[in-house]
Amino acid sequence: MVVKAPAAPSAAATETVAPVSTDALPIIAEFVDVHRHYVMGKDNVVRALNGVSMQVKKGDYLAIMGRSGSGKSTMLNILGALDRPTSGEYRVGGRDVSKLDDDDLSDVRGREIGFIFQSFNLIPQLTVLENLEVPLFYQGRVGPESRKKAEYLADRVGLGRRLEHKPMELSGGQQQRVAIARALMNDPLFLLADEATGNLDSNTEKEILDLFDDLRKDAVTIVIVTHNPKVAERADNTLWLRDGKVDRLVDNRLASSAAGDGGHP
Amino acid sequence: MIADTLRMVRLGLKSLLLHKLRSTLTTAGILFGVASVIAMLAVGEGASAETLKQYRDMGVTNVLLRSKKPEETQQSSSNSMMSILGYGLFYQEADRIQNLLPYATVVRTREFQRGLVHGENWASTMIVGTEVPFLTVTNMQVHEGRWLTELDLQRMSNVCVLGSSLARALFPLESPIGQTVLVGIEDRFEIVGILEYQGRAASPNGTTLDECAFIPLSSSRRRFGDTIRNPSTNRYENIELHEIKVKLGSMEEVEGTAGVLEHMMRPAHASKKDYEITVPLELLRKAEATQRMFNLVLAVIASISLLVGGIGIMNVMLATVTERTREIGIRRALGAKKKHIVQQFLVEAGVLSALGGVAGVGLGVLVPFGIEKWFNQPTSIQPQHVLLAFGISALVGVVFGIYPAWRAANMDPVEALRHE
Ligand SMILES: Nc1ncnc2c1ncn2[C@@H]1O[C@H](COP(=O)(O)OP(=O)(O)O)[C@@H](O)[C@H]1O
Ligand SMILES: [Mg+2]
Repeated sequence: MVVKAPAAPSAAATETVAPVSTDALPIIAEFVDVHRHYVMGKDNVVRALNGVSMQVKKGDYLAIMGRSGSGKSTMLNILGALDRPTSGEYRVGGRDVSKLDDDDLSDVRGREIGFIFQSFNLIPQLTVLENLEVPLFYQGRVGPESRKKAEYLADRVGLGRRLEHKPMELSGGQQQRVAIARALMNDPLFLLADEATGNLDSNTEKEILDLFDDLRKDAVTIVIVTHNPKVAERADNTLWLRDGKVDRLVDNRLASSAAGDGGHP
Repeated sequence: MIADTLRMVRLGLKSLLLHKLRSTLTTAGILFGVASVIAMLAVGEGASAETLKQYRDMGVTNVLLRSKKPEETQQSSSNSMMSILGYGLFYQEADRIQNLLPYATVVRTREFQRGLVHGENWASTMIVGTEVPFLTVTNMQVHEGRWLTELDLQRMSNVCVLGSSLARALFPLESPIGQTVLVGIEDRFEIVGILEYQGRAASPNGTTLDECAFIPLSSSRRRFGDTIRNPSTNRYENIELHEIKVKLGSMEEVEGTAGVLEHMMRPAHASKKDYEITVPLELLRKAEATQRMFNLVLAVIASISLLVGGIGIMNVMLATVTERTREIGIRRALGAKKKHIVQQFLVEAGVLSALGGVAGVGLGVLVPFGIEKWFNQPTSIQPQHVLLAFGISALVGVVFGIYPAWRAANMDPVEALRHE
């Protein structure tokens, strides 16, 4: 994880950044001087993101934190290709997606991103299996293969054989496991979690965070937006936002050894 | 592709089952619309089928000339009891028609009422004096024995052919062939044939062909003459012929020929309107036009009920879309394009109305059966009407589903996900 100065954007990001970075892992997602402004009135423009540059590399585990109103949700929406920057570039897998139309953005979401939500967001009338197949359906890839994959992933996230259950019949933790499996169905470039443990008790929260750690063995890249420091410190790095800008980037592996991490003001 | 569509239908059904009562009620709206289209058209079709058959039975290539009692004037009715009322068509006119139209088949008939007696059995019925081609011109078939022959006519034989009902009334147990009946008081006729059941009218007075006895026209004239007491007015009437049937080679000739005949007949009947020309083809065409109009009106009325059903669907789909805003957001986040969302809700609306359509076809087919059974009203279910009704219902679902689906697809994914 590297925070780059906006002044040094690059076309072949992987190549030019590599010497600066500590390793040569490919860049999966990259913000280049991203702005997101909301025009509220004639003289009232809210700069929710005001020039953010950052990179996510393969295998990264990044937490995004910041005070309420600092721009976390806005950043998540753009990272998730649900929203477009007002200016700047958002690159996913090396491709600028900031100016794509609605259909192409949908494809980016469907192929490259695995969403995990605070309130699980399973579709209530569908079974676990059907929920898992939703992302593949929009790629026209539902069939015997998708079923096998669903079975594998259900097993992988510790759901066991509950494919025919309805979400209502599962506990919160189990539902979030289904959501994680669903996020993995399309082999995304990265998982994008929005306060993924916010609706869970602390035991279950720990289980889910353990699952994230476990998934990293398979080189799964995770970006999690949270305002819970306990959740953030499980990530390798924490990106602090402040007033729509990157405040600082903390390497939690170093910070956790030092007692009482620097925190923020 | 097909698997995907089936999946959409199956999952659509699941979503509809989230609100069973609501979906059922909406479906019922379509159900009654479809059922009423089918039932109304079946009743309309059945009502006109009878009339149309009647005209077809009269023969679409025939022109019928029929004697008609003229309207009586003051003067003529004052001495009505004494004088003989003479009117109608003449033998001579039939000959002139045959000369004018050498290739047409011209059949003359004379009708009168008489009692028929065989042993203990008795029937008062219509005797039809006619000629050999009558059988083919009226499209009847002989059930047993034979029809009248040219020889019968030449010899003025006392032979007769019975309609099927009449035969059964006079001869309930035995075969009538070769037996004799007493016609009136003194004339014995030998029965040479029985006709197939026809179930249609022989004359405008409502007597059916099955109740008639047919004898040679020549015998009729010789035994009974041209002057007969009319039992309803108690007056003597002199009529040579009741009807001249003219069968032409094709339907194209009918209209022109009718005009020519009208022109030819007019001078002889100038003083009184004592005959009329009937063109079954014209009646048939008019009846068909009336029926089409009637069907159209019925279809429009019934379509209004389908429209109401469609509005119901739109209402429910709008509610569904609002309730499932969050689901729409989730699907968009998982890669659904706008078109996928449109498809999903159109399929749901389509399934809703198609279910109503299927049930409506079921009910719509049953109702006419009931009407026929309990109200004794003929109905006729046409396959194309069933298809039409079902097609309209499916269309209604799609048309009225478009706007809600469009609304769903155009929600902002971020807003939709935030929706509670
Ligand atoms: N749709 C929007 N319209 C107008 N202003 C918005 C909108 N979304 C966010 N904002 C503003 O942008 C700023 C950043 O918001 P947000 O990204 O939600 O921050 P966070 O998630 O960190 O609380 C806030 O001042 C917020 O009011
Ligand atoms: Mg927020």
